[in-house]
Amino acid sequence: MRIIVNGEPRELPDGASVAQAVAAVTAAASGVAAALNDEVVRRSAWEATTLREADRLEVLTAVQGG
Amino acid sequence: MTETTDDTAADALVIAGEEIGSRLIMGTGGAPSMQVLREALTASGTALTTVAMRRVDPSARGSVLDVLTGCGIRVLPNTAGCFTAGEAVLTAKMAREALGTNWVKLEVIADERTLLPDPIELVEAAEQLVDDGFVVLPYTNDDPVLAHRLEQLGCAAVMPLGSPIGSGLGIRNPHNIELIVERAGVPVILDAGLGTASDAALAMELGCDAVLLATAVTRAQSPARMAAAMRHAVEAGRLARLAGRIPKRRYAQASSPFEGLASS
Repeated sequence: MRIIVNGEPRELPDGASVAQAVAAVTAAASGVAAALNDEVVRRSAWEATTLREADRLEVLTAVQGG
Repeated sequence: MTETTDDTAADALVIAGEEIGSRLIMGTGGAPSMQVLREALTASGTALTTVAMRRVDPSARGSVLDVLTGCGIRVLPNTAGCFTAGEAVLTAKMAREALGTNWVKLEVIADERTLLPDPIELVEAAEQLVDDGFVVLPYTNDDPVLAHRLEQLGCAAVMPLGSPIGSGLGIRNPHNIELIVERAGVPVILDAGLGTASDAALAMELGCDAVLLATAVTRAQSPARMAAAMRHAVEAGRLARLAGRIPKRRYAQASSPFEGLASS
């Protein structure tokens, strides 16, 4: 299954969760948020939320700015 | 009650019912290293500091969040880089989830050349975020009408620019800032464009409740030294505002008596 994580296509096993996709791009245990197709997925729901082909996932964290 | 001199504890900045320990709000953008940033933040005495939200970078070294946590500074996420209300609202929601705060510095810009706020998108985003329970601190144009509209729709402060972000041009329209201050029922935070300490002092003398700055410190030749200068400038400007300046006069007014002069 191919999904788009932070703008880059990525192969994940069918039925992969948001938690698995996030873990593929960061090891950070906190300070990270995920949005699936422009909707925030609460961290408590990452494990239970499964991805589908062509889903778009954004994974953000705080950086220097402002 | 005795007149206070420099009792800043009795003159705290309060936003949305919460006391903020300094009237100098810092940004973290532009610092050449985390070490320089840490030294500058410490020298500034700030208690509230902005960060931006971006895609995670697996190669990033050090986290700005670790610096803020280490300094005991409260984090204020911004929506920098957003051009539409939709982008800004999603970014604010992600910041709330990532950082555990419902405070947001709302920034919706019109173009990359000026980085000026897009007032239409800004109002739209502010309405949505206020309705969603955010404490919204909007970065706005130095437009008294727009600032008032933002306050009316429930923003917890208004943050007019002095001049474009990072320009160091100072406060280009002090009269508008005074008009915003006169009418505001929420804190007015001068945000963007300050270049040096006198700009920060002027903002406070005009009646602003706080200033927010980053570039003037982080890109100064000695960021920590400039941060200390800004801290003193904000305190000096605030005291001068509270003290009440003398009216400007057209001609001199002698400060020494004319009586009792020696005659020759």
